[in-house]
Amino acid sequence: MTSDDSAHINWQADATGAATVYCIGAWTVRGVQQLGAQLDNMVWPPAQQVVLDGAGISTLDTSGAWLLHRTVRMLQQSGKDVRMQGLQPAFDSLLQLVAARTVSAGYEAPARKGMLERLGRLSWEWLQDMVGMFAFVGESASVLLHSLLRPSRLRWRPILYNLQTAGFEALPITGLLSFLMGVVIAYQGADQLQRFGANIYVADMVGFTMLRELSPMLTAIIVAGRSGSAYAAQIGTMKVTEEIDALRTIGIVPYELLVLPKMLALMIALPLLTVFSDIAGVFGGMIMASSKLNISYDVFIDRIGDAINLSSFLTGVVKAPVFAVIIATVGCFQGFKVSGSADSVGRQTTLSVVHSIFLVIVADALFSLVFNWLKI
Amino acid sequence: MIMHTQAHGEAVIDIRNLHTSYGVAVVHEDVSLSVHKGETFALVGGSGCGKSTLLRAIIMLLRPSSGSIKVFGQEVIGLNDEQGLPLRRRWGVMFERGALFSALTVAENVAMVLKEHTQLSPRLVNEVVALKIALTGLPASAANKYPSELSGGMRKRAALARAIALDPELLFLDEPTAGLDPFSASSIDELVQSLHHALGLTIMMVTHDLDSLWRVANRVGVLDGGRILGVGTMEELAQAEHPVIREYFYGPRGRAAQEQTWKKK
Repeated sequence: MTSDDSAHINWQADATGAATVYCIGAWTVRGVQQLGAQLDNMVWPPAQQVVLDGAGISTLDTSGAWLLHRTVRMLQQSGKDVRMQGLQPAFDSLLQLVAARTVSAGYEAPARKGMLERLGRLSWEWLQDMVGMFAFVGESASVLLHSLLRPSRLRWRPILYNLQTAGFEALPITGLLSFLMGVVIAYQGADQLQRFGANIYVADMVGFTMLRELSPMLTAIIVAGRSGSAYAAQIGTMKVTEEIDALRTIGIVPYELLVLPKMLALMIALPLLTVFSDIAGVFGGMIMASSKLNISYDVFIDRIGDAINLSSFLTGVVKAPVFAVIIATVGCFQGFKVSGSADSVGRQTTLSVVHSIFLVIVADALFSLVFNWLKI
Repeated sequence: MIMHTQAHGEAVIDIRNLHTSYGVAVVHEDVSLSVHKGETFALVGGSGCGKSTLLRAIIMLLRPSSGSIKVFGQEVIGLNDEQGLPLRRRWGVMFERGALFSALTVAENVAMVLKEHTQLSPRLVNEVVALKIALTGLPASAANKYPSELSGGMRKRAALARAIALDPELLFLDEPTAGLDPFSASSIDELVQSLHHALGLTIMMVTHDLDSLWRVANRVGVLDGGRILGVGTMEELAQAEHPVIREYFYGPRGRAAQEQTWKKK
């Protein structure tokens, strides 16, 4: 629209004391941009009799019709006698439609909640979340127990499928990151150990940190990011498309089909991935040791064999199934919490990763305490 | 929008020799069609005959293999998003399942279009949003609800409110009455009719609803197997000899809808 064509309004008082208001231009959603402001600051004629002349309106749409209707209503409410004239018949019927459909002027956006109310709601949501999480764990456990009592009812195909996607397909990324982690530890340790002439202890260092702490944790974090989020997104999307409800009506317990195979598969996959990560990490350390500290491979491997005993290996691997349960539970739980919208899927997926990594680290700290107490 | 300067009867949509195919699957074979200014044109046909695909091709969501589609006299095939923007502002689209933004309330869904394309004051935006919501027959209380809190019929109305937010000259409706109860369906029909009369819109709709066809459509095009079998008013098509068209209009449901309309007339 050109600026000449934009909607405007002006008025003239005549000798008899009546006033004529001329509406001119394109009263359309694009033409009324200044008109809104003009109307807000308008000084209306003092006359009792007002005639609205619409002959100058070249185009009218609902937005323009609304402004016209609003103006007429405002003038009437201030006690004036308003009459329309000159409006084209088509425009007039549009005006009638708008007038008939208008119930209220504008909608009220909901008021912003106060600080205290938001705090209260947040706490209440957290509390409900906790209760929901416990209920979810309980229900999953009961389904797990049922299935374990009757192994023939276990769904092997989804378990194997999840084993492949969450376990086998995670091998490259887990291997690469663990290898790099081993390299970094050996590199950082080399400087310190060289000062004491204790070069050979680099094997102890890499072995202990990887096997006991880093491998299980690193693997769990990778799997939480790769698979935990996928679980939340998959179940969440199924919730949105009512597939979960469909499963229930067909008589399949959603937990049995969606949660159990994921949890069992992760409980198998995560310890295996951890062992793989152990190997890759130690291998990384070995390469670094040979290039930076001139420790040959066979010397390094000899030393590893002496330094690392079975319990160090087991303390690492035993954590993995626990981490697996945490990741699968949190991922699936967040998926089931999705409500209705695409936005909600995104939010719960993010939460699933954040919560599972948080809980994995907390669980790792608890393990350290317990192992320390047991003197393992 | 009513433009009294323009002559009646010019083609708003003009499709010539359109071919669409996905790999080996041919969706449209030599489709030619035109929709005139100010009319309500309905596209009908069995499921999977390519009606919705044709609609998607016209609104530039899908690129046909060959042919020409002119909307408001401008070729749309091959336009990029930037070039297509002026055209897109002149039409509104209502999708079959609403396609409302689920993270926004109904009012925000409508307001988003206005805020994106106009510089109206916040007060005026609010008022226009309330008006559009009222025009589609939604209660004012629906404005602050999220799409997931609405019933199917209300969601369609909200989608229609968003489609007419900018007062488009051309409105595309994909299955406006599908999945609605008869009462909601006929009130959507009435709504479309009253908008058509009051705003002088050109409407192109895809529908299965025979009642809607008799009540709302000025002209109807029958699409089958990727070809246009016939175009005309419902009365003309009802006289057509083609077996598919006859089956469509003289099947049990077609007859019932036709009788009902004649009784009303």
